Amino acid sequence: MDFGFDALTLARAQFAFTISFHFVFPAFSIGLASYLMVLEGLWLKTGKGVYANLYRYWLKIFAVTFGMGVVSGIVMSYQFGTNWAVFSDKAGPIVGPLMAYEVLTAFFLEAGFLGVMLFGISKVGKGLHFFATCMVALGTLISATWITAANSWMHTPAGFVINGKGQFMPAGSWLPIIFNPSFPYRLVHVVIAAYLTTSLVVAAVGAWHLLRDRTNPGARTMFSMAMGMIALAAPLQIFAGDMHGLNTLEHQTPKILAMEGDFEASPDGAPLILFGIPSQKDAAVHYKVEIPKLGSLILKHAPDAPLPGLKDYPRSEWPPVPIVFWSFRLMVGLGVAMLGMAAWGLWARLRRRLYDARWLHRAALTMGPTGFVAVLAGWVTTEVGRQPYTVYGFLLTAQSRSPLAAPAVATSLLAFVIVYFAVFGAGTYYLLRLMAHAPHAHESEPAHIPQRAAGLVPAAGLE
Amino acid sequence: MTFDLATIWAAILAFSIFAYVVMDGFDLGIGILFPGFAIGDERDQAMNSIAPVWDGNETWLVLGGGGLMAAFPLAYAIILPATYPLVIAMLLGLVFRGVAFEFRWRDPRHRAVWDIAFCAGSVVATLAQGMMLGALLQGIHVVGRGYGGGWLDWLTPFSVLTGVALLTGYALLGASWLIGKTGGAAQAHARRMAFQLGIAMLVMMAAVSAATPLLAFDYWRRWFAFPGVLLTAQVPVLVIVTAALFFRSLARGDERAPFVLTLALFALGFAGLGISMFPYVVPRAVTIWDAAAPEGSLIFLLVGTVAIIPLIIGYTAWAYWVFRGKAGVAGYH
Repeated sequence: MDFGFDALTLARAQFAFTISFHFVFPAFSIGLASYLMVLEGLWLKTGKGVYANLYRYWLKIFAVTFGMGVVSGIVMSYQFGTNWAVFSDKAGPIVGPLMAYEVLTAFFLEAGFLGVMLFGISKVGKGLHFFATCMVALGTLISATWITAANSWMHTPAGFVINGKGQFMPAGSWLPIIFNPSFPYRLVHVVIAAYLTTSLVVAAVGAWHLLRDRTNPGARTMFSMAMGMIALAAPLQIFAGDMHGLNTLEHQTPKILAMEGDFEASPDGAPLILFGIPSQKDAAVHYKVEIPKLGSLILKHAPDAPLPGLKDYPRSEWPPVPIVFWSFRLMVGLGVAMLGMAAWGLWARLRRRLYDARWLHRAALTMGPTGFVAVLAGWVTTEVGRQPYTVYGFLLTAQSRSPLAAPAVATSLLAFVIVYFAVFGAGTYYLLRLMAHAPHAHESEPAHIPQRAAGLVPAAGLE
Repeated sequence: MTFDLATIWAAILAFSIFAYVVMDGFDLGIGILFPGFAIGDERDQAMNSIAPVWDGNETWLVLGGGGLMAAFPLAYAIILPATYPLVIAMLLGLVFRGVAFEFRWRDPRHRAVWDIAFCAGSVVATLAQGMMLGALLQGIHVVGRGYGGGWLDWLTPFSVLTGVALLTGYALLGASWLIGKTGGAAQAHARRMAFQLGIAMLVMMAAVSAATPLLAFDYWRRWFAFPGVLLTAQVPVLVIVTAALFFRSLARGDERAPFVLTLALFALGFAGLGISMFPYVVPRAVTIWDAAAPEGSLIFLLVGTVAIIPLIIGYTAWAYWVFRGKAGVAGYH
């Protein structure tokens, strides 16, 4: 099979495809695990049935999401070796232990307690069951921490020396490696993104059921909780994103210049380019609409502060500007829309119209999937922005790949595309079907119906 | 043999791989045997018996991959490209099989489709794992710090043999696990399958053992040179004794002993593998010392591993204990 692409392009496409698919599931399950922990905690504290019902409702959705996250995650743990062998050999001594710690401290915790969480309530009692839920939620957060540390190190490598075999090795303490310069900003940004994404889905499901029956207590509770979380997380995320931007300017200047579309240096204050058509070849943004001085105000918090341009750097160090420029605008645009919806929700709540504001419900329904889009756009911005490097400034992507022939990579890419669309397409369909059914007072008890085993309960028991 | 860092890490990784093989082995085995179970109670009991634990079982595979990259990055960078299509096939098989647990229950109308996905995914993943083992044993062409062969070098009669051998082994693990987890007609069926698969497993072990020393003189010398043969000969002797105990326990109607004795057979096979390979991680090309990560990396990960693995074993054991006893047809109450 020859598609006219070289093995490097195919390997990059395969990585981008598999990780994009994978990334969607943890972004949802990190937030959902914490939400389940809150719901069960509220249930144990208040004894109110509505929390128990919501717990059971979202637990079924969590089980499907988690299953898909696990299987697509196993693929990722082998992807470094299959397509990126040279990267594995060279960066393995640094990135490998960080990822192995993720498995040791997070994966096992999640997997070990998931069975109890799904099937165990009548076997272990309420207290231990809540403990299991907490461990699963904690596991998702620990997992995010380690994987972000590994990824951040690839963006802002620190604390290493390069040995005679060309391998990155720890220079001494591991603290500068783990707490590398971009890690804290990236971690906060990623975790809030997961919470925001989940809140948007929960709000959309709540809104959908409120539009059909505004008296449904489950729909009211989930909509209220989710809108509250969005009101908290959306402004916080914009603040965290701003801090992260300052950090990127300091450590990955060409990336942020590509995001901004600044080809030319601005000695007395850079404008903010709202829109335009960037051209890598012409090294210019055509048809641009810009606000003077705002770029410097955002990035340097001073309107007249000078900012360099991409032309100050060799062309070989430029990331692909149009992709980074557009994905960044998509992410920020959605973030602003989320902030708008959060304000609208607060206004409706103050007027005690939260459950009756039909247009707000319609808006929340429309905004449901935007968290996933924003997360993927943000990921594209940061990862494409790291190009042409895998380890920023030290190891080129072109030098990281496995010695494989293009047909091997093309065939496997095709297999991944077919299998992922079939399997995760079916999974998304099942998730939407679960979400389409209204939460009711007798939500099936996870412990009494084996969620993962077939045929034990007639299908009617589901509805 | 010195107990340096590389050796300690080889032991830890061998432990993770063995933990994976026996734990995911029995639930993959249930997938392999799935078409042989009657639709209804028998399939439901089989699924029920692994639903709460399969996820944790599979995590050992992630530790195997992640640990190999961390502790022996060079070996990871050579073995994965060398067995590329097998790795991809294994991953895709595991994708199908993993989601089938959820999906077949969510979608009763298409249950038959997800049953096929569960079985086919398990068979493909197992064959791929077995053939990877064969590919490793028969040797990998290494040039510099990378794989130097073609993308189908792994495909030989020997790797097909090891693939089929693992398929038999996992199926036997699955059948003997079910003897302990079921009752009545389902248990009687599992017992019959375990008997037939026990014979098949012994045949496969003998075939792989006979073929391995013929692959290279190194293996021959390691197994048959005097005085080492006095030690290595214990392995086949113990296999015969264990097999005899296994068939006796089946005949006596024991419920737990068949599974334990199958585990013992796997442990002996694994020990045999260790005798053939040590101290190479890529046989006859890269030793564990060549491939080991720098000391700073090995120590950093070792501290956490030594502290955390007992904890993992602890709560995993607890999870198994929570779901002890027979897997009912009516679920967990």
